[in-house]
Amino acid sequence: MNRNVVIIRTGSANIASVVAAFTRLGFSSTVTSIAKPVRESELVILPGVGAFGPAMKALRENGLDEALKWRLQADRPLLAICLGLQLLFDSSEESPGVTGLSIVPGTVTRFVPPLRTPQMGWNQVIPPDSQVVGSSEPGSLLRPSWMYFANSYCIRTPPPGWDCATTEYGGTFVSAMQKGRTLACQFHPELSGSAGLSLIQRWLALADVKEPAPC
Amino acid sequence: MLTRRIIPCLDIDGGRVVKGIRFQGPRDSGDPAELAARYEAEGADEIALLDITAGKQSRVADIETIARVRAVLSIPLTVGGGVRCADDADRLLNAGADKVGLNTAAALRPELLSECAARFGSQCIVASIDASRSTDEAPTWSVRIKGGDSATALDAIMWAKRAEALGAGEILLTSWDRDGTTSGFDLELTSAVARSVQVPVIASGGAADAWDFLAAIGAGAEAVLAATIFHKARFSVGQIKQFLRTQGVEVRL
Repeated sequence: MNRNVVIIRTGSANIASVVAAFTRLGFSSTVTSIAKPVRESELVILPGVGAFGPAMKALRENGLDEALKWRLQADRPLLAICLGLQLLFDSSEESPGVTGLSIVPGTVTRFVPPLRTPQMGWNQVIPPDSQVVGSSEPGSLLRPSWMYFANSYCIRTPPPGWDCATTEYGGTFVSAMQKGRTLACQFHPELSGSAGLSLIQRWLALADVKEPAPC
Repeated sequence: MLTRRIIPCLDIDGGRVVKGIRFQGPRDSGDPAELAARYEAEGADEIALLDITAGKQSRVADIETIARVRAVLSIPLTVGGGVRCADDADRLLNAGADKVGLNTAAALRPELLSECAARFGSQCIVASIDASRSTDEAPTWSVRIKGGDSATALDAIMWAKRAEALGAGEILLTSWDRDGTTSGFDLELTSAVARSVQVPVIASGGAADAWDFLAAIGAGAEAVLAATIFHKARFSVGQIKQFLRTQGVEVRL
């Protein structure tokens, strides 16, 4: 039987491409907005297309905010994509007054003119210093690569305690961050060709490294 | 640094890829999924899929074709054709589109853009504008709708600005005069629109060779879309990108 990934439905987020990517990797997927599988499943994806405020509202209505906070605390494998990364923070200029998951301190800010916004297309992901030397080592998750972005907002300052890859667009911003078995990407690995698929595979390998912490 | 994108375009009719000239006389050019996979392997940055008969037949773009292409594609897919309401856009997104192109229905009822942007986010809403040149000296461009069949009084530059204000995250700008002609992009059109908006502009219509791509980028296009020269295998996507790199343009290779 295929292994399964649980993909969180946050309202109208487009998840067909996420499903297709995992299908190609030999996984089945379950799309849900119910807290229990988000707490208990082995592999969980927090995708996100749309706006910060409505997505947080959808998460709160279903108790998914607490389930996700618990998951991160327990270091259960989580892959957050695009808006999914932004939702981990305190707040966003996109939806003033809305509190995010507040798992990571910081505010998501908008790209400013004259930058073309949204940033739309392929940009270079530069891994954290600590991993550049060992970038060909099997253990390194984030590697130099081209990835596909479609975002108007970003995190400019790497949060403490996370291994952060960065990318240039009107200055550097955090394009991916990893801590334990959580990987959050500002880009779309599911739309980034073979580079994106192999990053997903490395995250899956990381998820298998050790048994989940006891509940 | 953000790279410039090359986007092969699949015009779809009856589940097949077709290509005509100025939107007329479509000729069979192959299977959508096969072509999409080939272009991804060649280094395409994104694929556009436009169902050219959807609007005329009062239906949304062919769901089965979108799903077939999505299954083989791991790069972004923009789909246009027959979208009249946000639920139509939702159908295309659910079938596997990453971005939805809005054309005729948005020109007739601009609020469609804001409705879709509010529901799905600006980054997945593409205002698709077919523009025809009115005069050669001090040119102006008017918007054509219904697959190029109907002229409107709408000024293409004004419409692009309005579309951006309503929430479009990208402008797919096609020169109706140049479409399928391989006579080069309408660079004045590309430049005029690119200067007027902050969102990325995709230049489309008229590519004949690699120099045309370079010229469109020079005119301010963030991305360049082409169909005929790729379908006829005059150039591969990789060849175009190699050339652009030798000219100092950042591309993903």
